[in-house]
Amino acid sequence: METVVTLTLNGEMVSARADQTLLDVIREQKIDLPTLCHMQGLSERGGCRLCVVEVQGAPRPMAACVTPVTEGMVVRTHTPELEHQRRLVVELLLAERNHVCAVCVVNGHCDLQWAAAKLGVASVRYEYLHPDLTMDASHARFVLDHNRCILCTRCVRVCDEVEGAHTWDIAGRGIKTRVITDLSRPWGDSPSCTSCGKCVQVCPTGALFEKGATVAEMTKERDFVGWIIRGRTKREWTW
Amino acid sequence: MNRIELQAIADKEIERQQELKCRVLCCASTACLSSGGQEVRKALQDELKAAGLTKDVQVVATGCKGLCSRGPVVEVTGPAQERVLYANVTAEAAQQIVRQHLVGGQPVNDYRLDADSPFFTKQVRVVLSNSGIVDPERIEDYIARQGYAALGHALREMTPEEVCLAIRRSGLRGRGGAGYATGLKWDLVRKADGRDKYVIANGDEGDPGAYMDRTLMESDPHRVLEGMALAGYAVGAEQGFLYVRGEYPLAVKRLERAIKAAERQGVLGSRIFDSNFNFRVDIRIGAGAFVCGEETALMSSIMGRRGEPRPRPPYPAQSGLWNSPTLINNVETFGNIAPIILNGPEWYAAMGTEKSKGTKIFALTGNVNNTGLIEVPMGITLREIVFEIGGGIPDGRTFKAAQTGGPSGGCIPAEYLDTPVDYESLTALGSMMGSGGLIVMDDQTSMVDVAKFYMEFCMDESCGKCVPCRVGTAQMHRLLSRLIAGEASAADLATLEELCRMVKALSLCGLGQSAPNPILSTLKYFRAEYEARLKSGAAHGAPSQEAA
Repeated sequence: METVVTLTLNGEMVSARADQTLLDVIREQKIDLPTLCHMQGLSERGGCRLCVVEVQGAPRPMAACVTPVTEGMVVRTHTPELEHQRRLVVELLLAERNHVCAVCVVNGHCDLQWAAAKLGVASVRYEYLHPDLTMDASHARFVLDHNRCILCTRCVRVCDEVEGAHTWDIAGRGIKTRVITDLSRPWGDSPSCTSCGKCVQVCPTGALFEKGATVAEMTKERDFVGWIIRGRTKREWTW
Repeated sequence: MNRIELQAIADKEIERQQELKCRVLCCASTACLSSGGQEVRKALQDELKAAGLTKDVQVVATGCKGLCSRGPVVEVTGPAQERVLYANVTAEAAQQIVRQHLVGGQPVNDYRLDADSPFFTKQVRVVLSNSGIVDPERIEDYIARQGYAALGHALREMTPEEVCLAIRRSGLRGRGGAGYATGLKWDLVRKADGRDKYVIANGDEGDPGAYMDRTLMESDPHRVLEGMALAGYAVGAEQGFLYVRGEYPLAVKRLERAIKAAERQGVLGSRIFDSNFNFRVDIRIGAGAFVCGEETALMSSIMGRRGEPRPRPPYPAQSGLWNSPTLINNVETFGNIAPIILNGPEWYAAMGTEKSKGTKIFALTGNVNNTGLIEVPMGITLREIVFEIGGGIPDGRTFKAAQTGGPSGGCIPAEYLDTPVDYESLTALGSMMGSGGLIVMDDQTSMVDVAKFYMEFCMDESCGKCVPCRVGTAQMHRLLSRLIAGEASAADLATLEELCRMVKALSLCGLGQSAPNPILSTLKYFRAEYEARLKSGAAHGAPSQEAA
């Protein structure tokens, strides 16, 4: 039997299943909360810190995607302080690498761009770090551009958890962290890559895109992870 | 092995030591070895051989005696001998000690160290009680000093509940920094459901200038193992992991030997003390990431994954290694367990302050005369540590601040020198107890430079998982660099403070949450130093031309 808990979300009483995360409940209630590393169907990472919410009694804001609901929780999602801190996080991301929307393949279809627009980020108060990063165009169909990567690791997780190839991983640490294919060999030489393209579809920015796409041409199919997982668990496919 | 056999080993070893005329204890810890301890020991042995004293005098390679700045340290002790300490011993001095002191009976005053100086008398050695006295590579030495007696006692006379209760009543708190009540944590793991449970000793000590755990592991490895075995019995675990950072090869070597010796004697392994309790300890060596000292990242590393922290809950006590309930404590915490069981929780709780019991080891470094490793009762004032034990500031300089807690801590200025050193008081000052690094700074130190040093450390050691820590530390470092270069405006300083608050609130793990502390605490007490570095004309909030 599923246990049901009751919590207070932005002043309203809400009921939820005990196995849900706060983010599940917030999305069910149609509250608009930006996320970047979260993706329905993949394991949670809790890394982008955009979904932080205020939980009464907690010493600091909690990331909703990795916080299980508990009975009697009192949660606020959009205090001015939280909104301000979310803006700072997005500004840090924009200053970290080379996010120039005007020349980006996903201009207009980018999760980072959307988050910035929604949060009202009009300018960046930090110095642009402009690291000297490379691109990997060795794959026949796809391109990796480190300059646009925000290290959400959706590509790593989808490749490992859904495709089962685990071609992607992360190397280095801190500001020098990079996504890599296999043991940091060119993507095109990767023996484990199945060229399924799932990583490209889940990538929130223009870091992964299809070869040949030019400015604003690359659109991404976000729902397919959910479809695959539903199909698998309900055994809807036979072949 | 049973308790009678253990006692027999102890008696035999004590008898052997009594029969010697005297013992020469040479520190063989990393600090003294690096200043020539190995040559001193060899010179002593050669000279003794030449004097024909090898039967009467034994040279023992022991652990750390604490006064690391004056190493190599040598102690002469014996049943009918006055205890004499020598410092800065060279190979020539060693020969002189043998000829003049051991043969002639006259201590060599040139190298003699006053054993009654405050550095020694002000200390209370509980965890380090064997350090510098026993040979860390001989289990008999440890057993002769009541080693493994606590384990034998607990396995026969106490239930796991009673062990947990004893630790709870002792008031012991985690020595890794956060100060969570150890007994409470043990009880949580004991009560947790799970077929397999694990015990982890965190020896991934990474704070700049701190070496408490290294010294304990090098000087008295059996103490740590006994504490872990007691924890295993108390929480119902049969497997322990000792996570040692890769930069501590000597500690790893001695721990490996200690584990083998303990297994041979039947005080670790299967059916310990002929009971039904089995406990095995394996060593895991870190690969050089500071963040692996964070408990969830450490567990991830033990499981062979990338050393990245994960959000809590679930806490390790519910779901840790391979999703099993896991007890994780600092190495120094485990060092406290055996004395508590042997002497009783009341004895332990009598030391320290109301909320912080027992003693704490500090690595005293920086601009202070006696640098080294000290163990002091909780509640001692900073003034006593710096000016009595530490012997004051060298070159006639004045004390400016003490940095505690490493990159997670903060600076305590001179006006708080009389603050008692305990968990709550240090936190109230904007610093923290931390794992025990204590860096003394004199009036020549620039606090902005100190803040930048720690920020550079945090930036390099951030794992990169969460955005506030990964990018935030880099930006804070940028802003501090600009400030130091005289290029920052008042607006930049405001941006820095705002960023500090955000990174503290939003980071995923303790590393990021505490990374801004060195900036925040120096800003709190030394704001004028920051403002003096602002671009001329930009001080005191007046916006500069560029910022306007």
